[in-house]
Amino acid sequence: MIELRGVKKRFGSQVILDGVDFDVREGETVALLGPSGTGKSVLLKTIIGLLKPDSGQVIVDGKDVPLLKRDELSELRKTIGYVFQNGALFDSMNVFENVRLGIVDEKKFKDEKYAHERVSQCIRLVNLQPDVVMEKFPAQLSGGMRKRVGIARAIAGEPKYLLYDEPTSGLDPVNSDIIDALVQRLDQELGVTSVMVTHDVRGAFRVANRLALLSEGKVVMQGTPQEFLASDHPKVKAFLERDFDNTQFAA
Amino acid sequence: MTAATSTLTRENGNFLAKFAAAVGKLAIGAAAQLGRFTFFCLETIRGLPEVRIWFPRFLIEAWNIGVGSFFLVLLIAGFAGAVTALQTGYQFSGSIPYYVVGTLVVSSIILELGPVLTALVLAGRIGARYAAELGTMRVTEQIDALESLGRAPSSHLIVPRVLAALIMIPALTIFANASGILVGWWAVKLVLPVTNMDFIYGAQYYFRPWDAWYSLIKSFFFGGTIGLISCFMGMNTQQGAEGVGKGTTGAVVTSTIIVLLLDTVLTKLLLNT
Repeated sequence: MIELRGVKKRFGSQVILDGVDFDVREGETVALLGPSGTGKSVLLKTIIGLLKPDSGQVIVDGKDVPLLKRDELSELRKTIGYVFQNGALFDSMNVFENVRLGIVDEKKFKDEKYAHERVSQCIRLVNLQPDVVMEKFPAQLSGGMRKRVGIARAIAGEPKYLLYDEPTSGLDPVNSDIIDALVQRLDQELGVTSVMVTHDVRGAFRVANRLALLSEGKVVMQGTPQEFLASDHPKVKAFLERDFDNTQFAA
Repeated sequence: MTAATSTLTRENGNFLAKFAAAVGKLAIGAAAQLGRFTFFCLETIRGLPEVRIWFPRFLIEAWNIGVGSFFLVLLIAGFAGAVTALQTGYQFSGSIPYYVVGTLVVSSIILELGPVLTALVLAGRIGARYAAELGTMRVTEQIDALESLGRAPSSHLIVPRVLAALIMIPALTIFANASGILVGWWAVKLVLPVTNMDFIYGAQYYFRPWDAWYSLIKSFFFGGTIGLISCFMGMNTQQGAEGVGKGTTGAVVTSTIIVLLLDTVLTKLLLNT
């Protein structure tokens, strides 16, 4: 379970998170919505300990992430797969080496046979053909393929949690739909707990069990897609209406 | 007190307050940067036990530095040796024994030009490369990705680069010294009636084995400085392509200044002048 209690974060004089309370229960997929620049990615990075909050608690599996020592944090991170906005693939490595680096168990990582099988399996899971992409370098891949390889790397270590940072941003509608369907399928097949940061409301409604809206440094509402559609909260309504001319479309 | 004097005093007071605030801000910024650098050095040391991870990458980096810089270093040291020899020839009017030319060329190259020129060239070549590589990795979230996989950037990225600079810069300095001396020897024979025996006699007459060690020790410090500073600047890159540019320039400028500063300090300490 992931719990955030009163998390605050500022960069210089700019307040990014201003007392965020946010929960993710085991096995569910939560979409964290909000306009660009509201601190959604910052929130995701505090969960995995890439950023330290100025105050508040970030608890993953009962461990307060900002208080963990280097080795403890490293161990915790092995249970979390993180999908970066632009894939964040290592330029100097080909697809096989990139995905292999996601195998966080050292024994399995060193086992050539296991590594090859696992990498192939993960690449197939993200609807790519191992024979075609394994030897390619990130620069030789399209934006959608890079994102999918990024997802393959995140799942290679069989994580308990998957954190997606804008998995569909910058993609055309067809590729966005492919990624959304992929996220949904992976959550069902792998049984992971997922948090997806996005400003794509349609995708969020399609994929998530629960939604949360982040605005002005606070989570203004958490609930099911149906609860969001029924909400009278002005910020929720404004956000949904921006993406849906008719909010019933989402249902 | 007239109104004009009062305004002047107030303006002076404002200027002093602003000046003091600017100096204070600068001092705090410098102290924070020093703290971050110290922390970075400690993190680098913590990555050392993970030999299995950094060793293969160290070999690649060392090869890149060695092969990529070898001819450049030989060329520059060779020119430095030739110029030293030619200038010596210009200044000698026959009142000083010719064998002293050998002393001058060998001492200048080993004590100063070999290690310092090699370090300055590599501060530009390697420093810029390290800072740009790591800076790009930082702004494209590749370093965050590495950390998110539970892997330490120190053992994967920093230790191999710093060790490669630490070992390869002294190694290249040895070749630079040899190149400078040999080209200087050849050049001096073009402009002065110096025999090989004269040159060798002069080179040996004032030579102390400590000079060679001094040259190596200096280049070892220069290598560590270039490696650490350029990796630090790269790891702390911010704000996209502009940040990478700033980080790269900063790495080269800072490394160059620290190399020259260290050169002075080490000369004072090691030669006991």
